[in-house]
Amino acid sequence: MRKRSLLSTAAAYPHIVWMVLFIVAPLLFVLYYAFTDPSGAFTLENVTALGSHKTTFVLSIALSVIATFLCFIIGYPLAWIISRADPGRQRIYMMLIMLPMWTNLLIRTYSMMAIMDDGGFLNGILAALHLGKVHLIGTKGAVLFGMVYDFLPYMVLPIYTVMNKIDPRLTEAASDLGAGGWRVLTKVTMPLSMSGVVSGITMVFVPSISTFYISQKLGGGSFELIGDTIERQFQNETTYNVGAMISLVMMVLILISLAVMNKFSDESEEILP
Amino acid sequence: MEKIIELKNISKSFDGEAVLKHIDLYIGNSEFITLLGPSGCGKTTTLRIIGGFEKPDEGDVIFEGTRINDVPAHKRSVNTVFQKYALFPHLNVFENIAFALRLQKCPKEEIRRRVKEMLSLVALEGFERKNVTLLSGGQQQRVAIARALISHPKILLLDEPLGALDLKLRKDMQNELKNIQKQTGITFIYVTHDQEEALSMSDTVVVMADGEIQQIGTPIDIYNEPVNAFVADFIGESNIVDGVMPADRTVRFSGHTFECLDGGFAANEAVDVVIRPEDIDVVSPDQSPLTGTVTGVTFKGVHYEIIVDVGGFKWMIQSTDFVEEGARIGLKIGPDDIHVMKKSRYSGLYGDYSSFSDELDELSDADKVEE
Repeated sequence: MRKRSLLSTAAAYPHIVWMVLFIVAPLLFVLYYAFTDPSGAFTLENVTALGSHKTTFVLSIALSVIATFLCFIIGYPLAWIISRADPGRQRIYMMLIMLPMWTNLLIRTYSMMAIMDDGGFLNGILAALHLGKVHLIGTKGAVLFGMVYDFLPYMVLPIYTVMNKIDPRLTEAASDLGAGGWRVLTKVTMPLSMSGVVSGITMVFVPSISTFYISQKLGGGSFELIGDTIERQFQNETTYNVGAMISLVMMVLILISLAVMNKFSDESEEILP
Repeated sequence: MEKIIELKNISKSFDGEAVLKHIDLYIGNSEFITLLGPSGCGKTTTLRIIGGFEKPDEGDVIFEGTRINDVPAHKRSVNTVFQKYALFPHLNVFENIAFALRLQKCPKEEIRRRVKEMLSLVALEGFERKNVTLLSGGQQQRVAIARALISHPKILLLDEPLGALDLKLRKDMQNELKNIQKQTGITFIYVTHDQEEALSMSDTVVVMADGEIQQIGTPIDIYNEPVNAFVADFIGESNIVDGVMPADRTVRFSGHTFECLDGGFAANEAVDVVIRPEDIDVVSPDQSPLTGTVTGVTFKGVHYEIIVDVGGFKWMIQSTDFVEEGARIGLKIGPDDIHVMKKSRYSGLYGDYSSFSDELDELSDADKVEE
């Protein structure tokens, strides 16, 4: 027994070393930089510097909340419809949902630029139809579109997985007791798929709030999200410390939202069989 | 008896495989009817068609004189107790039972009163706030029954509701279900593969096999007057031997001629002869023309199960008297112990105990539960 426990301890070492080097140490660095100035002296100035980024914070949170909401509004019915299709079709639909993820995010974003650009594909079609032009690139709508397009699979996947596991007899029992299609959905399917919704929301919200690439390309530089701000701070040696402080605040924000979400999913998991 | 539901010439197939073949059946009001048959016989599909979960490919479902083929499940006055209860895991006992009334937007006071009534009907007072997933199988069963009965359906469908319970609990629940049915006067349509359950609870038993109805009758009729070898074998134990009817009231089998009570066959018509194991008396070899050698004796509690080789055909006898293995005995059969049936496509498939084994029986029973 002893030999085996030695072996398992040894086997855990690479993982521990990895975690310390690439997770714990960087976190400590962030913490260190956040409370020091470029010379390395302790300071709280970075906290005050946050004030000038307030609007960016608010915009980022607003956009990611809207993007998450849109993903839910689109993703939930989609997952529901897929889960009710026959098994062969389900595989095809899921494949179609996953397919965009096989392409790199950068390439997808560039393609979206090409489509939405003032002289791009979409406007080309509109022009050919003599319908005038729409200005898309550089608007918040374009950024939202990018977020929803990129992160939708993260919403559909967990909801679909949970829905697929709901015993079909439960929905049958509900209709047997007098519930029509809509009320079967609201009274049985929805409450039983809450845990999927919670993980879907988490998986969309976290990348949305920290995204920087989508906003840079589709936002056309007309506004900045918090991810862009952090990136910019770290490109300049003198603002390293402010960047670290913003990152720290972001981490805390995400941790809080995760904790709130987990509380929800714990509650819904308790009642699942 | 007033008909509440009628199935007319119902056929149904899944993926090209016929599951129901021209089923004709009517069910009377306040009747306790059981659909009995082995797995794959179509009994559950019949139930699902009545419940509105499947549409028949052919034929009509008539409910109180109206065709309801296209009426969806939620608009039928038919409720179901599902095989594994299918209680809503996100709702407590009270809310599970109240589900149908909440949908009907009943006043709160009425809901509380009727749920309380139901809880006392199924002997679960005080369980209102309990989480259904933490209840025992028997308790979940009761919640499922209460949930299905609270909206006063005209028909209650029960799909092998006792299959997951242990033997003792099953017996208690059988009695309770029967009592609930009598108290409420609701028509119960019960599906099971357990012949004993069917016989002890039902007013009418419908024996099904291969998507067809084999026989409809009271439990006593079904047991005493099975129409063919399948029914005789499926309901209880049966020795089924080939015979001929030289004339009315006379039947010849196993090389001897016996007096019997049956008639109405053509002269010298080939028939199946059923003799129940408990109807055979063990006598000394000189007292009966039919003699054999005992090849196996099993103690069953109330009686011994004796396998006897009579000229190569193995008979089963159930007797309270012990006989030695290897002994030669006589088999005494009276005229009213003999039941003669027409030949059917099930002839020759059942009723010979030469490969008999209790163990095999139980094994095949176990996979019958899952249909």
